[in-house]
Amino acid sequence: MKEYHYTGPVEHKFSPYAFNGGTVLAVAGEDFALVASDTRLSEGYSIHSRDSPKCYKLTDTTVIGCSGFHGDCLTLTKIIEARLKMYKHSNNKNMTSGAIAAMLSTILYGRRFFPYYVYNIIGGLDEEGRGAVYSFDPVGSYQRDTYKAGGSASAMLQPLLDNQIGFKNMENVEQVPLSLEKAVQLVKDVFISAAERDVYTGDALKICIITKEGVREEIVPLRKD
Amino acid sequence: MALSYVLEPAVSGFNFENSTRNIVLENGSEEGKIKAPKPMKTGTTIAGVVYKDGVVLGADTRATSDEVVADKMCAKIHYIAPNIYCCGAGTAADTEKTTDMLSSNLTIFSMNSGRNPRVVMAVNILQDMLFRYRGMIGAHLILGGVDCTGSHLYTVGPYGSIDKVPYLAMGSGKLPAMGILEDRFKGNMDLEEAKALVSDAIHAGIMSDLGSGNNIDLCVITKEGVDYIRPHRESIYNYKRQAKYKYKPGTTPVLTKTVNQLELELVHETVQMMETAGSS
Repeated sequence: MKEYHYTGPVEHKFSPYAFNGGTVLAVAGEDFALVASDTRLSEGYSIHSRDSPKCYKLTDTTVIGCSGFHGDCLTLTKIIEARLKMYKHSNNKNMTSGAIAAMLSTILYGRRFFPYYVYNIIGGLDEEGRGAVYSFDPVGSYQRDTYKAGGSASAMLQPLLDNQIGFKNMENVEQVPLSLEKAVQLVKDVFISAAERDVYTGDALKICIITKEGVREEIVPLRKD
Repeated sequence: MALSYVLEPAVSGFNFENSTRNIVLENGSEEGKIKAPKPMKTGTTIAGVVYKDGVVLGADTRATSDEVVADKMCAKIHYIAPNIYCCGAGTAADTEKTTDMLSSNLTIFSMNSGRNPRVVMAVNILQDMLFRYRGMIGAHLILGGVDCTGSHLYTVGPYGSIDKVPYLAMGSGKLPAMGILEDRFKGNMDLEEAKALVSDAIHAGIMSDLGSGNNIDLCVITKEGVDYIRPHRESIYNYKRQAKYKYKPGTTPVLTKTVNQLELELVHETVQMMETAGSS
């Protein structure tokens, strides 16, 4: 039971991490990829900012979404951008999505014993122009997926995506391949639902749509309360 | 004396038999750590204001369980007596049960004495009970009411402290709400002004605090009666989903089917005609 009248030396632990909330989602299609995130930055029960998107554009074919501790998100994206420039200068070409994913895995594992508290999801087009999604854990384990949700409302979004995109737990359903319009509409709907029930998700939704034409952005308002 | 048979102190308080076992379970070996289930808290904004003719109480309607919204339309303004209402913040079960018990006690008192209870009586009973439980009951309450001595607004804390004030906010959203109240409160406001003030204070809490949200409920208490406005202001955020997510019959796979015939004997038969005429 908690001691109410303890007198004597007390150890105060300083935690180097904070949890700033936010949800990210990425979906890969036949010739497109989507990376979406909400734009709320919070801490505890307060809001730091209503306009802090969590998707960062890396190249014309790759976007990364980072949620978790905002300090580590910023540092990690700076390091990735620096490494992209270094690669471009030494190899005279842009990094492919697969290469960025592999590099990120080693960067994260390099800090195995004081991790970056960031949940990353990379969305982009691979060398053949097909959509690719790579999802990571905070210490660098990654795999290629068709769709993945990360961040505070991930447990609410992932089952719906499993059902609507992966056609899991359903029978006698025509498995049509996912079109860009359907994917964008699905992403907007799941974020509206997530904002209803997760306090850390809300304010606005930013969707980055990656096609062979480049990266296009769409912003949709969400609940502000 | 009326109070001696109205209020019977409970014989056993909380049962602490399992506390040593729980400590062992929570701090056990790394693999065996088990987290205790967390009770649902209301993470709220509640406010109250005394105006010219009575009291206005306000509350938001979101109940959270850690970071998940458990109830989008929960009622935080509880009935205590015909002339006394109470807003509750803190642990949801604690505020519900405490206010229910208080309401029962005051009803018994009213029946015995033939009088409407006074607000001070409600406050003293609450203070007594919460102090006796040493803060284990997480109920942060704002009590407001109008009785024969006038309009009163009190706050009762979980450890049993009370404060009698003309305007007040409690809950996780109290700081933004107090900002609005401190700025615009003045004595002897009229009804519309008081309602607008409380509504704006709760709105500030809803926008700035993640634990508060959705709609705003108001309760206006005067010596003529009570106006419980639920909701006073609905949330403006009603973004509709663009697609309908419906499943045709046959989507869920049926793995096995067993039919158990019930052996029934027809004993008595009656027929009752349903009125199916008319529009439905």
